[in-house]
Amino acid sequence: MSVMDAYSILWADLMVLKRRIARYLVTTLVSPILYLVAFGWGLGRGISVDGASYFEFVVPGIIALTAMNSSFNGAGTRLNVDRLFFKSFDECLMAPISLLSLLQGKAMIGVVRGLISSTAFMVVALLIAPAFTIGPLFLVSLLVTCLAFAFLGVLAALLAKSHEDMATFGSLILLPMTFLGGTFFSVSQVPDALKYVLYALPLTHSSLCLRAAALGQPFPWESLFAIGSFWLIFFVGCNLVLKRASV
Amino acid sequence: MHIMIKAEHLTKDYGAKKAVDDLDLEVGLGSTFGFLGPNGAGKTTTIRILTTLTRPTSGRAWINGFDVVKEATKVKGEFGIVQQHLSLNRELSVRENLDLHARLHHLDKAERKERIDELLDYVNLSEYSDHLIDSISGGMKRRVMIARALIHRPRLLILDEPTVGLDAQTRRRIWDLIRRMNSDGTTVFLTTHYIEEAEALCDDVGIIHQGRMISLGSPLELRKRLGLAAVELRRNGNGTEYSYFPDRASATEYVQSLPPSAENIVLRESNLEDVFVELTGRRVSE
Repeated sequence: MSVMDAYSILWADLMVLKRRIARYLVTTLVSPILYLVAFGWGLGRGISVDGASYFEFVVPGIIALTAMNSSFNGAGTRLNVDRLFFKSFDECLMAPISLLSLLQGKAMIGVVRGLISSTAFMVVALLIAPAFTIGPLFLVSLLVTCLAFAFLGVLAALLAKSHEDMATFGSLILLPMTFLGGTFFSVSQVPDALKYVLYALPLTHSSLCLRAAALGQPFPWESLFAIGSFWLIFFVGCNLVLKRASV
Repeated sequence: MHIMIKAEHLTKDYGAKKAVDDLDLEVGLGSTFGFLGPNGAGKTTTIRILTTLTRPTSGRAWINGFDVVKEATKVKGEFGIVQQHLSLNRELSVRENLDLHARLHHLDKAERKERIDELLDYVNLSEYSDHLIDSISGGMKRRVMIARALIHRPRLLILDEPTVGLDAQTRRRIWDLIRRMNSDGTTVFLTTHYIEEAEALCDDVGIIHQGRMISLGSPLELRKRLGLAAVELRRNGNGTEYSYFPDRASATEYVQSLPPSAENIVLRESNLEDVFVELTGRRVSE
């Protein structure tokens, strides 16, 4: 019953997504394509990093970035709107389903949106330059990335007391990760002290995993383990916050 | 009598403030109970406890015999609720909102369709089933919320200020719907600060003030305790003096005993607002 309950929660968000899928696909591609044009073609033309052209290097990073933003906002912003604007989240809390199903259901729309956005960008990137491969490790890394950031989105939305709080979270956590999380440069090139800071960011590990899998480099299993650990931490955090909220 | 809602010494503290203070309550199966009180009296907190959203600081409450803390999942299947604020998903259609709720209450596909059609007909919204929530009127939205609350055939319907912000016509339509649901066997627990709403709908009324239940009984019983007849003596610029009498005869006798200089005298039946004012010293709508 618990999986069906989670699906019921997801179903409502899927209905909303279905209604605006065309608009979603267009808007979700704007930002990664701009990054691709500005950094991949513009700034990075003629540069090579870790033995690959900068274009080949940056595409998996932008996929990780797209997965992060779409999963976080797909789950977090939806939940924030449900809680604070529609005030419909209480209705879910009063339904005879477990908190676990509720959390899973609310996070899954982030995963779905993250996968759709990343896939759409991958199609565009492959059309422009088919310079990377998509194998099982790539897909697993992408899925775990979406899961981790979807639960981070749910956690942020549960903690937020206003829409502004969500925007603040985006500015303080997501934006620094966008530029420091190994998307646009190789973490191996930065000084050791900064390297340790960057390894504390989940996006860094997502970029490392997706890049290694896409370019056929040795796969950083410890980074996949790190993203999985972030997922677990965010999931436990969501549970604690939701339980505390009802006291 | 089968008890649908029971609360014993229910208390909820928020820091130093007691939102609900040692509240006892019993609501019988099949009755319509009105929870009357001003804003901030503790009505919504009590509802949040009864609906498992908030844990009491102390005391216990049961819905149809199930403990609201220890048996929360069972409790959630026993009631339907219409909240004071609009709590529909505005990006979904009327039917989709009902469908989501039906899914969360584990109705199978065939049952969902049948029940949604039945309820849309019940609240006269069949032709609006595919409309998005944002495209229908406030009264219709309230009816969608009522339909949603009934989708799993709850034995208890909780309505938190069901007609607040609605025009008089829509309000009466909602009242008719509430009476119909009650005559169909559903126990109704409603909070309101509209006195006439409680008088029009409720078998029993509980008056809550500063978190405490200060009076409990049928509207007639409460009025009898105060006096069925009221005399208002309006003093120019000095407010109004209210007096209450057991019947009209004694009130008339009092009026006749007033000095001839006394003007602006109104003799009328007492109402629940009189009861409230006498008990708490404030108007319900304050």
